[in-house]
Amino acid sequence: MKKTYKIEVDCANCANLMEDAARKTSGVASAVVNFMTQKMTVEFVDGQEPKAVMQKVLRACKKVEPDCEIVL
Amino acid sequence: MNKKQKRMLARIVIAAAMLVVWNVIPIAGALRLICYLIDYLVIGYDILKKAGKGIWNRRVFDENFLMAVATVGAFALALYSGSGDYNEAIAVMLFYQVGELFQSYAVGKSRKNISALMDIRPDYANMEQNGKLVKVDPDEVEIGSVIVVKPGEKIPLDGVITEGNSSLNTSALTGESLPRDAKAGDSVISGCINMTGVLKVQTTKEFGESTVSKILELVENSSSRKSKSEDFISKFARVYTPAVCYSALALAFLPPLIQMAAGNPAQWSVWIYRALTFLVISCPCALVISIPLSFFAGIGGASKEGILIKGSNYMETLSQAKYVVFDKTGTLTQGVFEVSGVHHNEMENAKLLEYAALAESASSHPISKSLQKAYGGQIDLSRVGDVEEIAGYGIKAQVDGRTIAIGNSKLMKELGIEYYDCHSVGTIVHIAVDGEYAGHIVISDIVKPHSKAAVAELKRAGVEKTVMLTGDAKRVAEQVAGSLGIDEVYSELLPADKVAKVEELLSAKQEKAKLAFVGDGINDAPVLTRADIGIAMGAMGSDAAIEAADVVLMDDDPMQIPKAVKISRKCIRIVYQNISFALVVKFGCLILGAMGIANMWYAIFADVGVMILAVLNAIRALRVHGLGEKQ
Repeated sequence: MKKTYKIEVDCANCANLMEDAARKTSGVASAVVNFMTQKMTVEFVDGQEPKAVMQKVLRACKKVEPDCEIVL
Repeated sequence: MNKKQKRMLARIVIAAAMLVVWNVIPIAGALRLICYLIDYLVIGYDILKKAGKGIWNRRVFDENFLMAVATVGAFALALYSGSGDYNEAIAVMLFYQVGELFQSYAVGKSRKNISALMDIRPDYANMEQNGKLVKVDPDEVEIGSVIVVKPGEKIPLDGVITEGNSSLNTSALTGESLPRDAKAGDSVISGCINMTGVLKVQTTKEFGESTVSKILELVENSSSRKSKSEDFISKFARVYTPAVCYSALALAFLPPLIQMAAGNPAQWSVWIYRALTFLVISCPCALVISIPLSFFAGIGGASKEGILIKGSNYMETLSQAKYVVFDKTGTLTQGVFEVSGVHHNEMENAKLLEYAALAESASSHPISKSLQKAYGGQIDLSRVGDVEEIAGYGIKAQVDGRTIAIGNSKLMKELGIEYYDCHSVGTIVHIAVDGEYAGHIVISDIVKPHSKAAVAELKRAGVEKTVMLTGDAKRVAEQVAGSLGIDEVYSELLPADKVAKVEELLSAKQEKAKLAFVGDGINDAPVLTRADIGIAMGAMGSDAAIEAADVVLMDDDPMQIPKAVKISRKCIRIVYQNISFALVVKFGCLILGAMGIANMWYAIFADVGVMILAVLNAIRALRVHGLGEKQ
């Protein structure tokens, strides 16, 4: 399953870091962060609950970039 | 400016004012230190906090860390040497914050500009309910509903006009400024602006499937497909920052230790200062921000011109196109065929055309359409049966109980029917009735008005070879190619042969020269996918083309092809300019910094200045309007 979330992030490098962090989160099959449109598209592993996974993604992202925000 | 940016601006102004005041009034000793320290914290507390968090989360090497170490180091050095010159640390932080503010402002601004360019999303649809017009969400309109579009409004969903006449402005979709006339019975696509009359439109698609949604989705996803340059930069940044940090560490400790070992004075403060300068210079922001911004601006500018590029990687490939392969029908020619003659027939012209039109009634090929048009009458499908379409040959069908075979000379040979060749240039459709030759119909296609200029313009833009593929007869193909100035022609190809031919061309060329295929998206989807880059023309309403192609031209004017190539070249040129400019300045300053020639002031220019210039340069990619015109 694929879902798109709105994000807030100020710098392009931070967006790359968020993408990396999201990809490494368990339950995420793939993730793409689009800095220009301020969107994160996450593909979830089958059978995973997106809401729970996104909480983990948000935590992981906050760790690499404290200023970022994901609108869940 | 948003809230965050305003707050930052206030901090910058306060910190700068404090710095000036502290420098004017005479203060000394501990008071001086405290005053400057307050100023430093006003401008840099968030950087210090982020750097601390970074270390806490075991992610040490980021730009916050670089800035924190450099400025704290400069402070400590001033304290240690007793000079009391704290200006440098504060100035570095100040400039860094100014740069960051500018970056976030410029990027935010251009993001808004580009999004505004692509703002073709309709907000509402008018529906008639109980005799009154009600505005509803386009998402809620079901297929087959009738919507009302008033003058000045965007058409929210794809559909067919049931009532009304108007002219439509398609420029948001095609870049073409000439309005298009629309009347009852015409199909219209979402995103066009209704200019003159009220239209009633029966929708044929849901909002999610409508042209406007597809285009928006495509453009928004386009920057997710990353180009090689972008990949290079992300990989580069990953290696670069730690490498710089270790080099700075080495610069701070190795030379003094060597000096000490050699019995000379160690000069710790000199080398630590150099190492700090080195750190300030090294921030990779200019690269990391300007490359995706250039691509995004390029893609945004192109879509304004009616050229949809599906990703940065395609932008890159398109800029390297050296071979352009065209499909003939619908691409270079209008694909509007007209019957220009009926020869060698024994029955009446009208009768022959009637048989032809009926036999071809099931086919959507442009040739069948022209036959039906020439026949002019109503097609009564009950008269037709047993239709068998033989791809690349023609059609066999029963009409009024008689067996009609209609197709090219290959079909006649296949059926063992003797036929007459034609001397006119055009597509020849032979007809046999009940196994007897009944004559042939000459159909000719019209070359698009700009085809010749487009081919010439492509050559000027640096394309080495143009090739035309067609299923048409050799004589027609050569005549068209000759008149347009095309280098190579391959004719009488079946759809599968076109793929084979493109593969042949692909294997013959060098790896670096890319091959672009241009088709109209009808029945050449496999070729579009196979080529290095597939360009679909006149995609207004054709989903298959939007799916299969890498670049979609909303208009069917061939001048859009050289325009697309030029836009991509400009965009890539800007990308390379930024990469090389940033790298040269950075490495130059790094070396100067290591040798002690560049101080922190140079360093801050190398960081912030380069970043600002690169961002401004990137925004240039948005301006592509004049590129299509002949120079």
